[in-house]
Amino acid sequence: MFDSMTNQMLWDATKETLYMVAISVGIAHIIGLPLGVLLTTTDKGHILQNLPLNKVIGAVVNVGRSIPFIILMVAIIPFTRMVAGTSIGTTAAIVPLTVAAIPFVARLVESALKEVDSGVIEAAQAMGSTPAEIIRKVLLPEAMPSLVLGFTLTAVSLVGFSAMAGAIGGGGLGDLAIRFGYQRFRGDIMLQTVVILVVLVQGVQTLGDWVSRRVNKR
Amino acid sequence: MIRLRGLYKTFEGKNQVHALRGIDLDIPKGQVFGVIGQSGAGKSTLVRCINLLERPTSGQIWVDDTEVTSLSSRQLRSARKRMGMIFQHFNLLSSRTAAGNIAYPLELAGADKTETKTRVEEMLKLVGLEDKAHAYPAQLSGGQKQRVGIARALANEPQVLLCDEATSALDPETTKSVLQLLKEINQQMGLTIVLITHEMPVIQEICDMVAVLEHGIIQEEGRVIDVFTKPKSQATRRMLQDTMEVRIPPDLLQRPEKSNGDCRRILKLSFVGPGAHEPLISDMVKRHPVNANILFGRIDQMKDIPFGMLLLEISGEADLVDQAVNYLQSQDVEVEVFQDV
Repeated sequence: MFDSMTNQMLWDATKETLYMVAISVGIAHIIGLPLGVLLTTTDKGHILQNLPLNKVIGAVVNVGRSIPFIILMVAIIPFTRMVAGTSIGTTAAIVPLTVAAIPFVARLVESALKEVDSGVIEAAQAMGSTPAEIIRKVLLPEAMPSLVLGFTLTAVSLVGFSAMAGAIGGGGLGDLAIRFGYQRFRGDIMLQTVVILVVLVQGVQTLGDWVSRRVNKR
Repeated sequence: MIRLRGLYKTFEGKNQVHALRGIDLDIPKGQVFGVIGQSGAGKSTLVRCINLLERPTSGQIWVDDTEVTSLSSRQLRSARKRMGMIFQHFNLLSSRTAAGNIAYPLELAGADKTETKTRVEEMLKLVGLEDKAHAYPAQLSGGQKQRVGIARALANEPQVLLCDEATSALDPETTKSVLQLLKEINQQMGLTIVLITHEMPVIQEICDMVAVLEHGIIQEEGRVIDVFTKPKSQATRRMLQDTMEVRIPPDLLQRPEKSNGDCRRILKLSFVGPGAHEPLISDMVKRHPVNANILFGRIDQMKDIPFGMLLLEISGEADLVDQAVNYLQSQDVEVEVFQDV
């Protein structure tokens, strides 16, 4: 359908998108998961109840979530430069993507953990579990199906966000669509990137659903 | 074994709820101790106070000479490992198999792999679920889930088993088999069991001792056979009414056939233990020429002690009736004048 150079471009852009999304989903979970755990366990009546801490984390998370991504991306350019050494390119795009995803992940983890039956937590307490044991052996495994779905949702959202990162020269499919599809009037390339994005999202969602069903023993 | 002193629990909130209002209780070692009460009586709070899932507002709790109310959270965790607990809704980990659930407390206690494996197998065998080791809770019936719950509670060889409405979510048949299992465990291991329920038959089936709880206060306590055959408090009577007490059609009691100085009395006779075997009524009639008419009778078993109840109508000349009643009272049977007509 395309000449080999265009194909090469599409393939490279796809790889860049996958790279951005994979790394930022990963890092966002490394930071967002503990935050979500804290949000849940410090809440009223939970195992580590600490309302002031809960309020502070909740407020920070809400602020993070209410800033539109496109603005966040520009606003944290100094931070991006500090972390990635540059503010343009694929690696640089990972920084705002991750920062945007952390509060999102924290809320998703929180809602997944809140679904865990309080009776089960109580049984674990009655058996003499420490809070750390409850988190590790009860909360996380019991919430695993929801956590996997949350992980999937984050990945899908970040595919969309990563296209926006293209607007500031972040690379990836979004970048390609804007530079060639929009600015050079190559409707065919625009269409092709959209098709790849749809396939990507569909694939991630299907995989996530499948894994979630596999780990669901309820 | 378990000693509660001056236990109060008040739940703060819009409306203060006084769940427990001064509980003093001694639960001897190796006994099956039942706490019965209507919902809202505070019984669930009571049992949850024993392992401090609920912290009492005031009062002290001793378990096996340890004052649990004064323990640090680390000490409390290790004390909890010596107390098993089972729940109305089983509270199993849905992400673990039956074997995995039973292994949980062993993991907490730091048992190694082989130790855990043998212990889990032993426990599955004890509760009769050897073939369900790899089944997830969602694949088990209610009774099987509670058996897993029991196995999990007993895995660390606790001295006490707390049962919070453990059979209330089960059908009568399954309830029976679960109670049977608890009874066996109590006998084999000498485990102290504290069991709370709103179901009279549960107490009757397995408990040695019972406390009747109402409005956060213990109304009556003692051996099950004594409390149920000779209830002292209104609360107990009310509770007994549904299951044990007799209700005679009012017409029968008011039958107006008194004539020429004859006397008619309705007596309630309660037999406990071996007294139930004596041919009491026929002896009475042979000695004292009165008419005896049995209105109602039942025989039952309270744990292992047979007990019976008979509603007897005696009629005849007044002094003969008196003599007959005196005779009955001199025998190994509880006599209560149900109605003097």
